[in-house]
Order: sequence, then C-alpha cells, then structure tokens
Amino acid sequence: MQMYDLPDARGHFGPYGGTFVAETLIEALDELKRAYAAAKADPAFRAEFEFELKHYVGRPSPVYHAKRWSGLLGGAQIYLKREDLNHTGAHKVNNCIGQAMLARRMGKPRVIAETGAGQHGVAAATVAARYGMECVVYMGSEDVRRQAANVYRMKLLGASVVPVESGSKTLKDALNEAMRDWVTNVGNTFYIIGTVAGPHPYPMMVRDFQSVIGAECRTQMPELAGRQPDYVIACVGGGSNAMGIFYDYIPDESVKLVGVEAAGHGLASGHHAASLIAGRPGVLHGNRTYLLQDENGQIVETHSISAGLDYPGVGPEHAWLKDSRRADYVAVTDDEALAAFHDLCRHEGIIPALESAHALAYAAKLAPTLPKDRLLLVSLSGRGDKDMHTVAEKSGIQF
Amino acid sequence: MSRIKATFDKLAARGRKALIPFITAGDPDPGLALPLMRALVAGGADVIELGVPFSDPMADGPTIQRASERALKQGMSLRQVLSIVREFRAGDADTPVVLMGYANPVEAMGAGVFAAEAKQAGVDGVLVVDYPPEECVVFAAIIKAAGIDPIFLLAPTSTDERCGQVAEIGSGYIYYVSLKGVTGAGHLDLDEVARRIPAIRKKVGMPVGVGFGIRDAESARRIAAVADAVVIGSRIIEEIEKSPREQAAANVMAFMRGIRSALDEVAVSKEAP
Repeated sequence: MQMYDLPDARGHFGPYGGTFVAETLIEALDELKRAYAAAKADPAFRAEFEFELKHYVGRPSPVYHAKRWSGLLGGAQIYLKREDLNHTGAHKVNNCIGQAMLARRMGKPRVIAETGAGQHGVAAATVAARYGMECVVYMGSEDVRRQAANVYRMKLLGASVVPVESGSKTLKDALNEAMRDWVTNVGNTFYIIGTVAGPHPYPMMVRDFQSVIGAECRTQMPELAGRQPDYVIACVGGGSNAMGIFYDYIPDESVKLVGVEAAGHGLASGHHAASLIAGRPGVLHGNRTYLLQDENGQIVETHSISAGLDYPGVGPEHAWLKDSRRADYVAVTDDEALAAFHDLCRHEGIIPALESAHALAYAAKLAPTLPKDRLLLVSLSGRGDKDMHTVAEKSGIQF
Repeated sequence: MSRIKATFDKLAARGRKALIPFITAGDPDPGLALPLMRALVAGGADVIELGVPFSDPMADGPTIQRASERALKQGMSLRQVLSIVREFRAGDADTPVVLMGYANPVEAMGAGVFAAEAKQAGVDGVLVVDYPPEECVVFAAIIKAAGIDPIFLLAPTSTDERCGQVAEIGSGYIYYVSLKGVTGAGHLDLDEVARRIPAIRKKVGMPVGVGFGIRDAESARRIAAVADAVVIGSRIIEEIEKSPREQAAANVMAFMRGIRSALDEVAVSKEAP
C-alpha cells in the first residue's frame, strides 16, 4: 500500500488544482475551507451525513454481479456499483447532502448550483427542499431547451432555474454564472459545485463526500466476490463518480483504475469531450487541469451524447492520477456507449445513464480479453430514465 | 524606471490623479482598437488597461462578457493583442499599457514567451485576474525579470497578510476592487473605499487605483478624493456598444474628457489653500 495524502494544504495535486480565482473570491473560499475542516473533524457532522445517506438516499447502494452479461461477453466478471438506485437516481445526491449540511452549518440560507443536463441541479434542488433552503440553479439556455423535463423537475422541487445566455450557453457558462452569483451574494449564499473541479477546497471536498462509493465497495466486493476487483472502471466528465469510487482504492496498487472519457463522434473528429486524453494543461474554473482548448488558450465547445460528460475540463485529481500513472484514461464513442446502454437493458434489465454507459462500454471491450476469474467493478453512476428521449431519437423513434 | 512608475510619479508631483480606462482589445472589431486607444489618450487617459478576451471571463459582468464575445468572434487572440500594443507603441512612447485578462491564454503561449513578446511589444504591466498572489509567485518573477510590472487586485475582503504578499511580488500599482461582485455591478460603497485606501497604500507602498462600479464624473470625483487612480471599464464599453462604429472613438473621447475634468477639479481643490 502506498501512502496517498493529496491535495496539499493549498489544494494542489502535483502541478494541478489550486486556487485560480479573482481576489474577490478568496475570502469566501477561505471561509469555506475553515468551515469544511471543522465539519470534517466533527464526529456529529460525520454521523449526520451517514444518517442522511442511509435514510434519505438509501445507502449503501448494492454491488451487483452482472452474471448474464459477463457470460455473454465470455471473459472477466462484471460487477456494478448501483449508484442508479440512490434517491434522485444518481451519485450526485451524496455530494449535495454533504454541501447542504455544510451550508446550514455556516448559516447560509441560500444555495446555488450549476447544471448541464440537470442531474446535479435536480439533486441540489432536492436537498434544498429537504433542508428548507432557497435554491437557484444556473443552466445554459441551450441545455434548458434540451432538458425541459429536468427543468420542470427542479421547479417542482421549489428551485428557480436561471437560463444562462453567455458564451456557448452550456455547462461551462452556467458554472461561470454561478461563480458570479456567489461572488456577489457571498454573505448569504453557498455554492454547491457538482463535481470534483473548481477552486480548492471543492475538488477535495466533493471527492470526500463521494468517497462513500468506493468505501462501500471495499466492504461489499469481498462479501460478494470473495476479494477486491482487478479493475475499477468509471466514466469521467468532471469526474466525481470516478473519484468517489477510485479514492479508497488509490493506495491499493493491485487494483487498476480506469477512467472513461467521452470520445463523442471519435477523437479524430474534434467533436468529443476527452479532456485528459486530447487536452492540454491550463487554467479554468479556479483550478489547473487538462482542458480542451484551441492554440490561443480559448476553451472550445465539446460534444458527447451524454450531457453529463460534456465538459471541456476535468477534476485536477484526475489530471494528477493520469500523470502519475496511478489511473489509466481511455475514451469510448457515442455509438459504443449506446451499444452498451442497449446491452445492459436487454441482458440485465437495468437502464443505465448514458454517462455510465461509457464505463460499461469500456468494460464490455476489456472483459473478453481477460480470463473468466478476473473481476471488473464498474460504477453505474446513474439510471437512464432521463435519457429516454436521446436514445429514442437515435433509434428514430418519436414519442 | 518603468513607464508606470514614471507616470504615477509625474502625476503625484503635480497633485493629480490618474485616469485608467479599460477596453477589450478587438471590441467591436480589431480595426477599431488603435483609434479607440488613441481616443482614450486624447480624452485624458494616463494608463490604458487593455483587456485580453477570454472564452470564460468568470470575474466579469455582462458588459465585459459581451465585449469579449464580440472580440473573440472577430478572431482576437493574445498574439493579436500584442500586435495592437506594438502598433500603438510606435505612435505613443509615453502612455503605459497594462494587459488585463485570464491565465489560460497566457499559459497556452507559455509564460516565458509571453513575457518576452509582451515586453518587446511595449507592454508595461500585466494583471491576470485569476492569478491571486499565492498562485502567481513564479509568473510574477518571470514578467518582472522581463521588465513588466505584475499588477494585482485587492478587495475589501483582503487580509493584511494578503496585502503583504502583493506588496512583495507586485509592482506598478494596485487595483482595488471596490465592491463585492463582478465588473460593471451597480453600487459602490464610497465610505468603505475611503476607509480602506490609506491603510492599503501604506501597506503596499504603491499607488492604489480603484475600480468596479465607477460610472460617472460624480463617482469618479469621489473616488479620486481618496485614491491615486480611477479605473473605468464597463461604462466605456457601454459607450462603444451604443455608438455607431465611426462615432465610437469620438464618443469615448468625449466621455473621457468629462471624467478627466472631474478628476482635475479634485486636484485643483486640493491645491487650493
């Protein structure tokens, strides 16, 4: 076992991470760092978090042996960590509960969030309703149009959804706008970032809240499969479900970690969202990490069939895990993800989120190359109900 | 001596306050960049802050965001901004130019290459909005070695310790952000500014400019009474936005003259017994 204690006190994972924000946000981040450090050290906070995860989210989520699909693939055994069975249907809620609890502890009655497809927005709105907080969700106007059902869901939960008209009108612009709101209203507002990106302490804090995923697996895999997996596989957009399932496995070097990015129409097409594989290091949204950018350092528009992976950056800890070779990063295309989506529906009776289908697609490629006694643990980060329209459209079906 | 220090020394000797306008390079189009910069000087600018457009201007309000988007649509890049400065410098040896923008375009070019090319083009100062001092020690040393002033922001929330860090690695002047929020925001707490500036000036040992929220002669005059420089950005960009292209430079100059005379009244009233 290797010692692993990143980030350092200033939020750096090697050259990545850090606090790349305007001076106006520094005090807010310092306040957050202090509050989070105090909460982390407080057994009562930890106990309440665990209580909420158990009774509100429904944790622990099971690990499931996809025996039939594994058999059809003819190689390694595939196990699924069922984050799709959480309340709200994805892993996002774990982090939202942690941050909302922190907001309450800091006396901030108003929470804001950015969202792309709307999953994090729905999770934030859900938790805000649960704690009686005002909730404002920033969403690119392009995404508001594409994700009408989730917009309605957030409104049902009492949140206001603000369409963002600037830039490419997508997730990255929603994040910019949420930061602007935060810097303006920092006195009464807590910004719930949805992934392991942003300035320190967000990448660390979100990882910590999500690390329950991997921590449960370390107990569940020996119970179900007799030992820890040979591979842990998760999709990576910003990278929160991947950091969540990887984190407890990082010191255990016998377990290979694989992050799966969105290759969209193919890496050569330029229409993808594979920041780690095809990007270069730079600074965006408060941290240094791999970014999809042009030769002048402008951030470029990305593409993925899965809105949750459609982001030009990636959490800085993934950048570090890539450079240090502790994790491998691969990419699968829209079509490969769709094929895995359909396979899981047909062979296991589970409708996965398109994001998670990227991890499944890589598992489906890898499994047949390995002996039958090898174990792959795949993060099934969310359920696919939200993707019905996208998948139906791809199949030429209209509701 | 740096052009920025020379400018502030000269103003101080005459008891005058600096007027620092901000425009985004390439807004509304690259062809207007030089005429606008010259109009700023003719209207009384002591230093020009030239915005380097970025796709994700997280610290800017809607006005400067729109300016960035217009400039990027015209293909503006950091290299082109440097060409604009080079051309401006060919006709103006005195007015300091400070580039203001975000880290990523600079990192994409490489800090060393950027510092050399910026110096060669005639850039005098650089303010990277998302490089707070703790993330800027190396970059500040690189541009300082090239003879460029690293300019830093300070905010109402900045601690004494942070002011000390900025004093250590910064030079030229301090850009004091007068309110919580983004550029172009509405309200301005003049009392707070008046209270903070003397202490900050003493702590950093540099002239202090105040920006964010200054929109007219009255707010400029009141800021000038306590600060060494007044920075105006969004309001000038609005002037460019609402002007027909061929009138933009003339309208910007007229607006600048209004502010200039307000600042000079402050100077005159101070000189009076």
